[in-house]
Amino acid sequence: MKYPLICLLLLMPLVALAGIESHDFANPEQQATYETLTSELRCLVCQNQTIGDSNAELAGDLRRQVYEMLQQGKSRDEIVQFMTERYGDFVLYNPPFKAKTGLLWLGPVVFLLIGLLAVYLFVRRRKSAAINQQQADDLAEIRRLLDSGDHS
Amino acid sequence: MLKYIIPLFIFVIMAVFLALGLNLNPRDIPSPFIGKPAPLFSALKLIAPSEILTPADLKGQVWLFNVWASWCVSCREEHPVLNELARQKAVVIVGLNYKDAPEDAKTWLNTLGNPYNVSIMDQEGRIGIDYGVYGVPETFVIDKKGIIRHKLTGPVSPEFVQQILMPLIAQLQAEPS
Repeated sequence: MKYPLICLLLLMPLVALAGIESHDFANPEQQATYETLTSELRCLVCQNQTIGDSNAELAGDLRRQVYEMLQQGKSRDEIVQFMTERYGDFVLYNPPFKAKTGLLWLGPVVFLLIGLLAVYLFVRRRKSAAINQQQADDLAEIRRLLDSGDHS
Repeated sequence: MLKYIIPLFIFVIMAVFLALGLNLNPRDIPSPFIGKPAPLFSALKLIAPSEILTPADLKGQVWLFNVWASWCVSCREEHPVLNELARQKAVVIVGLNYKDAPEDAKTWLNTLGNPYNVSIMDQEGRIGIDYGVYGVPETFVIDKKGIIRHKLTGPVSPEFVQQILMPLIAQLQAEPS
């Protein structure tokens, strides 16, 4: 009585297989291309995930599309072109450098330069303040010496 | 004085950018299709599954290409607007029944009304990929030459119809085919 039930329970983990996509690739290079592409293309439904990470239906469809195109012998660039023709540069996690994306690429550099400038100005001001303080101390010392000299 | 004005100035700039950012719609991704020919398809019709529709069948007409599905909640929201649009017969409305079970789709049309001149089936979502569909509903406006002129992501609202769609349709209807 117990055994059929145990056997049935042992089959349970097979359910997990249903959720995993398995693809057969012709060669390891193709598999590598598949893996890079799915980690470089953005899922447009859940915008901060790649199509490789996302469980959204669209992401699944796009993975299938990438896989099928690789099977047809399409190159990486051809697949990227296929995707940008349909979804725009937004689909790429590495958008090309052009006028529209200029701020995106140059922004961090500009902010770094502003930061460096701020540090430079701050340090210079502190230094001159320190020098001023030094001079004031020296003057006080001289005055003290002069004053004490008067009394002698 | 300057000591107070500079931080205030920086704060105002940041506030302006924040306000702009909050008002942007992250779903509003510019479509690369505007001004490009509508991608080809050859798909079975939903109601008459033995017949095929291609964009060539619609040459010479201004048409809306509305992506919908019975599982899509926002489609229910825009449906009365499409019904009203269909009643006015201002434009041909073609439906792309996206990743849906045909039976569910037909039930949906029977209960809520059918604004579509014709709906085609895309059970695997392949036509959807060719049109860069990423969220249902989406609506494309296609001119007499088969060029995509406008794309709306999200439900069609009465305001959209009044302020954008109707003037655009009038303009496109006036263009030579």
